Amino acid sequence: MTPPADLAVVGAGPAGLAAAVTAAGLGLTVTLLDAGERPGGQFHRHPAPGLGAARPAALHHGWRQFTDRLARLQAHRDAGRVTHLPGHHVWTVGRADGHWRLHAVAGPDETPATVHARAVLLATGAYERQLPFPGWTLPGVVGAGGAQAMLKSGLVLPGRQVVVAGSGPLLLAVAGSLAAAGARVPAVAEAAAYTAYARAVPTLLRNPAKLAEGARHGAALLHRTTRLLTRHAVTAAHGTTRVEAVTVTRLDPDWRPVPGTARRVPCDALAVGHGLVPRLDLATGLGCATRRTPDDTHALVVDAGQATSVPGIWAAGEPCGVGGADLAVTEGEIAAETAAHALNGTPRDPRRAAALARRRDRLRAFADVMATAHRPGPGWAGWLDDTTEVCRCEEVTARRIRTAVTDYGAHDTRTVKLLTRAGMGWCQGRMCGPAVARLAGGPPAADRRPLSCPVPLRHLAGLPADHDPTAPPPPTEEPEA
Amino acid sequence: MPTKQPASLDAVIIGAGVVGAACAYYATRAGLSVAVVDRGPVAGGTTGAGEGNLLVSDKEAGPELDLALLSLRLWRELATRLPPEDAIEHEPKGGLVVAPDETALTALRAFAAAQRAAGVETHEVAAGELTELEPQLAPGPAGGFHYPQDAQVQPARAAAALLRAARSAGARVRLGEQVTAVLTDPHGAVRGVRTPCGDLHAGAVVNAAGTWGGHVAALAGTHLPVLPRRGFVLVTEPLPPGLIRHKVYAADYIADVASGSAGLQSSAVVEGTPAGPVLIGATRERVGFDRTLSPEALRRLAHQATALFPVLADVHAIRAYCGFRPYLPDHLPAIGPDPRVPGLHHACGHEGAGIGLAPATGLLVTAALTGAPPPVAAGPFGPGRFPRPDDAPTPGASS
Amino acid sequence: MSRAPRTPLGLVRAQPEPPYTFTFDGRTLTALPGQTLAAALWAAGITSWRTTRGGGAPRGAFCGIGVCHDCLATVDGRPNQRACLVAVRPGDTVTTQVGTGHGPDGKGTPS
Repeated sequence: MTPPADLAVVGAGPAGLAAAVTAAGLGLTVTLLDAGERPGGQFHRHPAPGLGAARPAALHHGWRQFTDRLARLQAHRDAGRVTHLPGHHVWTVGRADGHWRLHAVAGPDETPATVHARAVLLATGAYERQLPFPGWTLPGVVGAGGAQAMLKSGLVLPGRQVVVAGSGPLLLAVAGSLAAAGARVPAVAEAAAYTAYARAVPTLLRNPAKLAEGARHGAALLHRTTRLLTRHAVTAAHGTTRVEAVTVTRLDPDWRPVPGTARRVPCDALAVGHGLVPRLDLATGLGCATRRTPDDTHALVVDAGQATSVPGIWAAGEPCGVGGADLAVTEGEIAAETAAHALNGTPRDPRRAAALARRRDRLRAFADVMATAHRPGPGWAGWLDDTTEVCRCEEVTARRIRTAVTDYGAHDTRTVKLLTRAGMGWCQGRMCGPAVARLAGGPPAADRRPLSCPVPLRHLAGLPADHDPTAPPPPTEEPEA
Repeated sequence: MPTKQPASLDAVIIGAGVVGAACAYYATRAGLSVAVVDRGPVAGGTTGAGEGNLLVSDKEAGPELDLALLSLRLWRELATRLPPEDAIEHEPKGGLVVAPDETALTALRAFAAAQRAAGVETHEVAAGELTELEPQLAPGPAGGFHYPQDAQVQPARAAAALLRAARSAGARVRLGEQVTAVLTDPHGAVRGVRTPCGDLHAGAVVNAAGTWGGHVAALAGTHLPVLPRRGFVLVTEPLPPGLIRHKVYAADYIADVASGSAGLQSSAVVEGTPAGPVLIGATRERVGFDRTLSPEALRRLAHQATALFPVLADVHAIRAYCGFRPYLPDHLPAIGPDPRVPGLHHACGHEGAGIGLAPATGLLVTAALTGAPPPVAAGPFGPGRFPRPDDAPTPGASS
Repeated sequence: MSRAPRTPLGLVRAQPEPPYTFTFDGRTLTALPGQTLAAALWAAGITSWRTTRGGGAPRGAFCGIGVCHDCLATVDGRPNQRACLVAVRPGDTVTTQVGTGHGPDGKGTPS
């Protein structure tokens, strides 16, 4: 066995990449595992070299800082300080023989891979939150972040006439990118009201760059005659084999559709999303403590140095609470520095540490304002009719979920899942989880998925046989029954 | 809210798992007034983590097998009696026990002969005929035994259906309410339970708290040494119906079930489900209430399942979960009145067989509550068989 | 301002390497090197390449980042490939995935 790396970083998005180059710069040996083929994560997703993009920056913010980091990554790889493993989906992290062992499914042929490390930094990013509505399973209805990702990496559009809908700061960026790439965007429907930001003016004023970013999207859209409709939602998509039109409806402050305000907007695609959900499977599998966020998701509890509640496990970026790329980079750098200090005693420059901490706190405060403003209102469930499929994988309708609640005593996501199969399919509830929690009447539960991605059985069967004598004693507290 | 002193119930059942639900179902049918109280949701404990096995094949001739045979009949009856929309997915699919070699086959023959004498239907299947029952089975086993009575239900739906039926027959169901005390009168007889929402008065209390039954026993001032025995289950991606037709397992499963070892045992039971995924379960180990994923447990399950069914090698596991079987040292459940606490009945400790044994347990408990003759001999399940040690540690609180 | 219609390729001034072909349900389509299967299908105006095992409803890419598994396709007979993640290779034979992708007998996609 090769000696364990000092630090395994899971995820090569803004947080993981910043952490990996910072840690390597401080002398740690780093193994960087990433599900993507190229570093950058979802935020800096970019075309494969074969597509010959001369100006990828046209689809990105902070492209130069990113390419600077890529160059540093390359230098560290050349020097043998960083091992970069693209196409690696880590499915679990566990303890073994006094260090951490990460199991991954690697590449298109799904080969098994195992990485050992003294410490682990989780920079696993986030995925988009979806709230179902009638017709959302029609082809041509795609995630807003999904449309953005496909455009950034594949240089393609889901359609020619794309309505953008949902909630959150990502929507305007998506609409701007789609429009810049040639799509007509007849409408952007934002369920929240931007006036909600006004309650936090001081926080906003401390983040001028973020405001300017928003204004630029807005201006770009105005030129292109996109209608920006706040307090509106797409409450239905229409079509038979693909989306042909959507119904846009005005919402009251609780996100209930206002009767008589529905209008039909023709389109051949809909890009929809309601903010992001931190990816916590690996962290919760390790027992890391979580907290509720202002927009009703769960994020990891981390200390001032980005350490989680489990010794030896750090986290940075969206898993610590969705906050965007700048915050992710800052947290990645902090985590790398404190990990280097913990592992090798590498001293931290107090002035830089203080500056990073200030920057993180400022950006985190901004993120919390955004999260509060875009938290889904309870009335969104009014969009659903009984036949709406809430669980896309297992095709479970809203009616079946409601019956499980009213007739069979289910009051939480897990029980609804057991009784209806909602959340038991390929995506393991990542798409329907927030909706099922709402219909069950309970708060969303933190992700708990012992396998964080599908694993071939031959791969599990081929794991090295293990009678780990150093396994820690089991916890003695009772689980929630 | 004005508090009205409610009339005393015949029984309070602690636990809304499949056993508690079955107790409530049969008790209400017998005309008793009951309430079911659980700190969590329906099927929130071991029931929701089960595979829904209704097995006779793994039980040696004896009292548990008698209980299982009765239960199988009751499940068949329930499958026709419960409304179709309950969809408990009762499948009398049969079991197939595979003997890897001649030694195992010889042992299995003797095991099956004793079972047959006790009323189990079972037929030896020659090596060459195994693939007629299971076309995807790997070549190599020396032979096997077919158990047509083995069956399956979807456990959470089954528990919810029984509870729903009990509720429509008058049972009160209070979920999300933790029992904090068992109330007793000056003579030590139980007279109800206390929850944060108030007291429930009843002439009897039924401990159907499964793996947590030791705690309830302690609340009532008695002793039941229920321990958690962890099991992992692997769930595959959806596969076509009929790919795997029976509950299929290797003969050493039976030895694992009967083992008292705390160490990890595994012999995969492989079966298809109406919804598509194949279930591969389950390991057995005594590690307390530890939910940490055990790659070793998954390795063994996957290894054994792909050895039985090579077609599964390229199939993905999309989920793994664990549950905690309520384990009693002699592998028999505790069912019936506790001789030390008048009015307290136990219905827990079914280990991995709770789904299968639930209806018969409900019937036995109901008979004890009404004074009717028991449908099977109840003696071997008597909770009094675990004398209170002088220095009894609190179950679950050991290190 | 240029009169040429805006396109994603134009936006980033892409000069891709030569395209290659693959087939989808018997149709010959082209892909640009490095595109995922989902991207190549979108570029051809195709938004669905799977039918669900319950209702037989058409599905295609949804989350775009490998999470939702709605975009599962059968590539060269191998089912359940996430089209939004796998790169198209020259000569790939892609078929609409029906249900579980394993066919009624578990031995492959029905022809």
